Amino acid sequence: MAQLTRRSAKLLEPISAAVSATRHLTTSSTSPITVETSLPFTGHKIDPPSRSVETTPQELLTFFRDMALMRRMEIAADSLYKAKLIRGFCHLYDGQEAVSVGMEAAITKKDCIITAYRDHCIFLGRGGTLFETFAELMGRKDGCSKGKGGSMHFYKKDSGFYGGHGIVGAQVPLGIGLSFAQKYNKDENVTFAMYGDGAANQGQLFEALNMAALWDLPSILVCENNHYGMGTAEWRSAKSPSYFKRGDYAPGLKVDGMDALAVKQACKFAKEHALKNGPIILEMDTYRYHGHSMSDPGSTYRTRDEISGVRQERDPIERIRKLIISHDLATEKELKDTEKEVRKEVDEAIAKAKESPLPDASELFTNVHVKGFGVEAFGADRKELRAVLP
Amino acid sequence: MGNRAIAEIQFADYIFPAFDQIVNEAAKFRYRSGNQFNCGGLTIRAPYGAVGHGGHYHSQSPEAFFCHVPGIKVVIPRNPQQAKGLLLSCIRDPNPVVFFEPKWLYRLAVEEVPEKDYMLPLSEAEVIREGSDITLVGWGAQLLIMEQACVEAEKDGISCELIDLKTLIPWDKETVEASVNKTGRLLVSHEAPITGGFGAEISASIVDRCFLRLEAPVARVCGLDTPFPLVFEPFYMPTKNKILDAIKSTVGY
Repeated sequence: MAQLTRRSAKLLEPISAAVSATRHLTTSSTSPITVETSLPFTGHKIDPPSRSVETTPQELLTFFRDMALMRRMEIAADSLYKAKLIRGFCHLYDGQEAVSVGMEAAITKKDCIITAYRDHCIFLGRGGTLFETFAELMGRKDGCSKGKGGSMHFYKKDSGFYGGHGIVGAQVPLGIGLSFAQKYNKDENVTFAMYGDGAANQGQLFEALNMAALWDLPSILVCENNHYGMGTAEWRSAKSPSYFKRGDYAPGLKVDGMDALAVKQACKFAKEHALKNGPIILEMDTYRYHGHSMSDPGSTYRTRDEISGVRQERDPIERIRKLIISHDLATEKELKDTEKEVRKEVDEAIAKAKESPLPDASELFTNVHVKGFGVEAFGADRKELRAVLP
Repeated sequence: MGNRAIAEIQFADYIFPAFDQIVNEAAKFRYRSGNQFNCGGLTIRAPYGAVGHGGHYHSQSPEAFFCHVPGIKVVIPRNPQQAKGLLLSCIRDPNPVVFFEPKWLYRLAVEEVPEKDYMLPLSEAEVIREGSDITLVGWGAQLLIMEQACVEAEKDGISCELIDLKTLIPWDKETVEASVNKTGRLLVSHEAPITGGFGAEISASIVDRCFLRLEAPVARVCGLDTPFPLVFEPFYMPTKNKILDAIKSTVGY
C-alpha cells in the first residue's frame, strides 16, 4: 500500500509552469508565443530538446477545441455503450487527448501512425469524422471500417492511420514494417508506433526494435504510459518503469503526456532524430480517466483521490484553457461556448450515425479472401448451404 | 517442488503469442527428453467462445489448433459443476492441459456447486440426454443450444441422444461409437469454423468405426468459415434452428 501511495504521489507531480508563460499577449492569431513545457524532458542516450515551445494563438485554440471534442466523444461513447448501442469491447481515451493532438501538431498525414485498441481519438486526430466514428462504434455501414471492425479496429489509409489493433503489442512490429517501407521508398516520413505501458513488456516489441535500430529505420515508438496495464499498476508488472530507457541501445525521451505542447515538441524532435539516426522511444506520461475497458469501473486498483487529483492538477484540457486565458486569447465564456458547440456536434453525429443501416448481410462473407478467390463458406449443414465467398 | 502451475490467458483469442511455448515446449518436453523432464502438470485456463457481442478478438474458439498437438489435453466444461470437477482433475493431471471456459456461461449459468473437493474424470464423455434416432456430440456452451434443438426435435417425434465430449483430446471414442451404433446417425456441432474444426476429426473417426451402421452422412453444424463477425454474430453462430434443420434432414435422409 505504501508503494501505491508513493506512485500516486508521483503521478501528481505539480505542474505550474504552464500558466507562467512569458510572452505578452499578441493580437494576431498566427504570431508566435513561446511557452515553457510543464516539466523538463528527460533523455536517455540523447540530449533532450528545449523546454521552450513555439506555438500560436490559433494552435492553442485548436488544441482546446480538438481535445474538448475528443473528451465529449468518449463520454458519449460511454453512454452509448451503456445503452447497448455499442457492443463489443470499447476502450476510451479521455485523459490522454494531449498525446493525439500534440503528435498531430508536429507531423504530417504522410507520416504513419499505428496504435492498439484505444484508437478512437487517434482516428479523429488523423482527420476522421465523428460520424464515421460513431457509425463504426455502433457497427453501421458508414463506419470507417464499414461497420465490420468496431471500436478496436479503426483505420484511415488516406491519412496514414494503420489502425486499430486488438492484440496487445502486436501492432509495434507492424509499425516497424511501415517505417521499413518508408526508408525503402526513400520518402522521408516516419512512423509512430504506439503502445501502452502494459504492452511495453511484450517480447515482440524488443524484436522489432532490434531490427529498427539495426537498419536505422525512421521509427518512433510511443509508449503511452497511463500507469495501468488494465488493472495492474506499472510497478507490479515492470521491473523498470522508465519505459523511455527500455530500448537500451535506442535513445529515449520522457515527456509529460498531459501537456500537448510538450508532446508536440517531443514529436517534432523525434521525427528529426528518426529520419537521421533511426528509432527513438517517447514515453508519454499520461493518464486515463475511464477504466481499461467498459467492463472495468476503473476504481478498484486506484483511489478516487488519485483520479480526481490528476483531473485537478494535470488535466490536458485545463492546462490549455489556463494558457489561453492567461494569454488573453479568449474569455472563459468563449471557451465554454466552444465546449457547447462540440457537445452539439457530437450529438448531431450520433443522431446521424443511428440512421446509418447495418452493413448488408452479404458483408459477412466479403473480404475474407481477395475477391474471386473462389473459396466456399459453408452454412448450417455443409451439404445443404454453401456459398462461394464474394 | 510438486507445485502446480496454473496459467490464465485473459481471452483464448490472446493465446497465440504463447502458442510456441504451449505447442513446442510444454507439450513435447516430456517426449523429447525421454521422460527426464516435463512441464510440471501445467494447466492453462482461457475463456473462449461467443458472448453475444464480443467481436473479432473476444469470441473465437481456437480448440482445434490445440487438438492437433500430441502431448497436451484439451478440456471444456459445460456448466459450473463440471467446471469445478474437471478443472481440479486438469490441475492434478500430470500432463499439460488447456482448459477452455465458455465465457458465455460466466454470467448465465446458475447451479449449485458442491463446496467439497471433487474431481470428474478426463477423457470420459457423458451421455446427458438419451435417445434413439440420432446422436449429437458437442462441448461447452454449445450443449445448451443443442439441448434446445433436441427438445424441439422431440416435438416432431425425433429422439435425440446428446453427448458432452468434455475432453477433446484424448477423446472418448467408445462412448460416441456406442451411441452411434445405437442411433445410426451423428451430428457434431461447435462454434469454431467448420473447416478443420474438431468436428471433422470426430466425423472421420466415427465413419471409420461405424461405417456400416450409419444411416446418413455425418452432419456438422458449426461456425462459418469467416473471421468471427462483430454485428453479424447471429448469422455466424450454429444456432438452435440450424441444428434442428440438420437433425431433420439427417433423420430424413
